[in-house]
Amino acid sequence: MVKQLTVFLENSPGRLARLTRALGDAGVNMRALMVADTAEFGVVRIICDRPGVAKSALEDAGFSVSVTDVIAVAVPDRPGGLADVLEVLGAEDLNVEYAYCFVEPGGSGAVDVFRVERVTDAMRVLREAGIRTLSADEI
Amino acid sequence: MFQPEYESMQREQLEALQLERLNGLLARVYEHVPTYRAKFDAAGVTPRVSSLDEFAAFPFTVKDDLRAGYPYGMFAVPLRDIVRLHSSSGTTGQVTVVGYTAADLDTWADLMARTIAAAGGTPDDIVQNSYGYGLFTGGLGVHYGAERLGCATIPISGGNTKRQVQVMKDFGTTILACTPSYALLIAETAREMGIDPASLPVKAGVFGAEPWSENTRAEIERQFGMTAIDIYGLSEVLGPGVAAECQCKCGLHVNEDHFIIEIVDPETLRPVPEGERGEVVFTTLTKQGIPVVRYRTRDISRIVPGECACGRTSRRLERVTGRSDDMLIIRGVNVFPSQIEQVLLGIPGVAPYYQVVLSRRGSMDHVEVHVEVSPDVSFDEIKTLERLRGRVSAEIASVLAVNISVKLVEPKSIQRSEGKAKRVLDLRAEGSE
Repeated sequence: MVKQLTVFLENSPGRLARLTRALGDAGVNMRALMVADTAEFGVVRIICDRPGVAKSALEDAGFSVSVTDVIAVAVPDRPGGLADVLEVLGAEDLNVEYAYCFVEPGGSGAVDVFRVERVTDAMRVLREAGIRTLSADEI
Repeated sequence: MFQPEYESMQREQLEALQLERLNGLLARVYEHVPTYRAKFDAAGVTPRVSSLDEFAAFPFTVKDDLRAGYPYGMFAVPLRDIVRLHSSSGTTGQVTVVGYTAADLDTWADLMARTIAAAGGTPDDIVQNSYGYGLFTGGLGVHYGAERLGCATIPISGGNTKRQVQVMKDFGTTILACTPSYALLIAETAREMGIDPASLPVKAGVFGAEPWSENTRAEIERQFGMTAIDIYGLSEVLGPGVAAECQCKCGLHVNEDHFIIEIVDPETLRPVPEGERGEVVFTTLTKQGIPVVRYRTRDISRIVPGECACGRTSRRLERVTGRSDDMLIIRGVNVFPSQIEQVLLGIPGVAPYYQVVLSRRGSMDHVEVHVEVSPDVSFDEIKTLERLRGRVSAEIASVLAVNISVKLVEPKSIQRSEGKAKRVLDLRAEGSE
């Protein structure tokens, strides 16, 4: 399991810049950043090296931050790689709320991040299917 | 009770006292204030009544009369007898000036002492007065009332909220006096400082100067573990001290030995039947500096029928939910910001901070309610936020019978107020968006 930060943002110019600057000033290095938006507001999801430091830096800068447990999986870089993982979850009736992926520089494949309703169940079925999830140290 | 001889006076005696004082007032204003003389003459009334019923024939006074007399035209005594000047907040148009004689200040202190006593205050209490000191009547009004009652009075005024929390904690404040929105900010600031507001020794609060809802009361009481009392006043009539709740919290006792209260239909200006809603009208029976006769407050409320369990015999004014000046007409429906507040405070996940934003879209007025998402909400999933917004929208629609668009905004993005909260932001003059 990996800690992901979610920040609630209004859609207004400069907000995202301020957010990333606050992280930069705190010496936090981001691994992945994903913005999901609606017409009026957005949520920014961040995977970074030091989530605890990042959370307090963002809160000090006036942002509202929540921490969510997500699952990170190293997916082999070949056709059908992601489908294999999702089928395991689907077969156990585990719903994926959202997912995104990023590529580790110098790595051999992509990292996929999932938010699943029942995280511990999901971790178990992935393990049983022989799919290795990544810990915080590995990404 | 601070003055039980007046506060629990038999109704018959009270009405006899009112009649006697009313005749004194009518004679004084007719003699000394040209505006009243002209109005009375035009209405064909002589400044003497033999019963309170006859008073209904007298002309009303409105804010414009006071503005026209700016600054001293409506004063009923020479300036040499005035010892204090205050000013209205001027939120709607030109400010007005009000003057007090030494006797007026003496009465005012008594009435505010009654108010604090009704909230449970005694000479043993420590009153932290966080109303703004200055031209605004709230600060000095509460100050002299608290001293008159014998409380240890902390003249901290509004602002510097961290210091407010520190003083509450260190000085052992037992009664807090400020606007209700500021009380919520103090609670929020205390939590940011790592102090649980419920751990503070404060037991009661006297809150006023802006309309607030029952849900805000519940919220303040829950956060501080205190009794929150609604107080009412306006500078044109006196300042705070015109009416206040007792601990029954079932309407604000009007200090009827000093004020006549009437409720009139704002259209026909005829008195409404007892217990019905209408515009609140006050007459100052004893005020010397700037008395008012049948002053239309633009506040909408009603008299709560029946007697109060506390033993006070004065009639009770229901909580004022809004000044007609604050009333918004949204697609033909009358909406007070405090009604929106009432809805928001019933919904978990939104903070009690909100603002009604008016703008122009093309030729149409557009109304939007901005609501802060509470920091406790787990907002990781968009659908949680969409659901929250949908719920706010649906509840506003069901309570107010009008659809208003709702925008969720970031926690702490709505400006905090240290005095009267600005609930309506009118951008219509700034052009279309």
